[in-house]
Amino acid sequence: MTKTEEIAKGVLSGNRRSIAKAITIIENNEPETPELVAKIYPHTGKAHIIGLTGAGGAGKSTLIEKIVKEYRRRGKTVGVVAVDPTSPFTGGAFLGDRIRMQELSTDEDVFIRSMATRNYAGGIAKATKDAVRILDAAGKDVIIVETVGAGQSEVEIIKVAQTIVVIHAPGLGDEIQAIKAGIMEIADIFVVNKADRENADKAVIDIQSNLQMNNKESPWKPPVLKTIALTGEGVSELLDEIEEHRCFLEGDLVCKKTTLRTKAEAELVEAIRERVTTSLIEELKKEGRFDQLIHEIMEKKTDPVSAAEKLVKKAARDVEA
Amino acid sequence: MQKTKKIRVLIAKPGLDSHDRGAKVVARALRDAGMEVIYTGLRQTPEQIVETALQEDVDVIGLSILSGAHKTLFPRIMRLLKEKELTDVMVFAGGIIPEEDVTEMKKLGIKEIFGPGTPTETIIRYVVDNLLQRT
Repeated sequence: MTKTEEIAKGVLSGNRRSIAKAITIIENNEPETPELVAKIYPHTGKAHIIGLTGAGGAGKSTLIEKIVKEYRRRGKTVGVVAVDPTSPFTGGAFLGDRIRMQELSTDEDVFIRSMATRNYAGGIAKATKDAVRILDAAGKDVIIVETVGAGQSEVEIIKVAQTIVVIHAPGLGDEIQAIKAGIMEIADIFVVNKADRENADKAVIDIQSNLQMNNKESPWKPPVLKTIALTGEGVSELLDEIEEHRCFLEGDLVCKKTTLRTKAEAELVEAIRERVTTSLIEELKKEGRFDQLIHEIMEKKTDPVSAAEKLVKKAARDVEA
Repeated sequence: MQKTKKIRVLIAKPGLDSHDRGAKVVARALRDAGMEVIYTGLRQTPEQIVETALQEDVDVIGLSILSGAHKTLFPRIMRLLKEKELTDVMVFAGGIIPEEDVTEMKKLGIKEIFGPGTPTETIIRYVVDNLLQRT
């Protein structure tokens, strides 16, 4: 097997090192690029690709961390491509989006790659589209592309993403900003982040009234949501809307039912887990068995895993009795 | 077709020290020298640093530490890099690392230690020259 074949095989089996190497090959336009793309392309088309754009400082990276966590809670695997600008003078770049996603580094089912625009205009890098394809072929359910903190003309994202989320924050401009062409026109979903600030409601109204004045009749009406990325408030609702848009794109009622089912299942499992854990531990503490095992653990007569096994087995027997 | 290869550097802050002015100075200098610099932010574990290096497919890792915990953290980082087959990544370090520990750190595989006051130009030169030697 050639090195390229090996890397392609690794990508298709989700191997993280192969994914990383593959993205580098394409980004650097190495001679193996066409062969690599040809090998992985047939396996693309399954992922939902979400573009996140908006002015710098609106909170994109912070929001992405929360979005990824919520997708993980719902059982999805995620890829993130975070794009930052290359200096037109030095050719270098400071790729700092990862700072806001630190907790995700060790989640095996999240792959994050920082990319510099390398002077490609429009808010993303030339290789972003292929990087997304690699993550798609590697089996990621959802891929989020975070564009450069944009002004109003960074709209290249529409060539890469299926669902475009535009993030705004109060205080970044008045209603005139909301009317200007460019990113305000490409949004499938609008988000006003930092919604705990003054003027958040006004920002929402500005965007909504601007949308109402649109002459285009479209079956999809972009919703305007409020989030507080720092606390995660509004993120679950944002995901619901993103899923709604995905189903709209797929034009399919089964899709919507599956989405609702996945969400309901995740919520039920979490609620059960919480209640079972709390009530089980309470019961065990009442009997004193809990404290006894803690002492045994401290004296190294047993270990936490074996102790938990014993307690859970006993609890199951008690329930039956 | 034009090749557009850039040097990708990970600047990482392992451990609990919260002083990253130096790390940011180095990051900016490397950026201004035309490199793509990924900065992890503060309080990274060895596992986070190595996983980041893997996903970002970096050529170089710069470790910044001022807390004195280098003798605990650096061996773990170097061991993890070996486990993940990232041994071709160049690792250098900076911050507060006493003279008497330098030999030990180099034995672990850390190529060079750049202490306080090192001109950024020295670090840039070192990275560029040594990476060129590899290819």
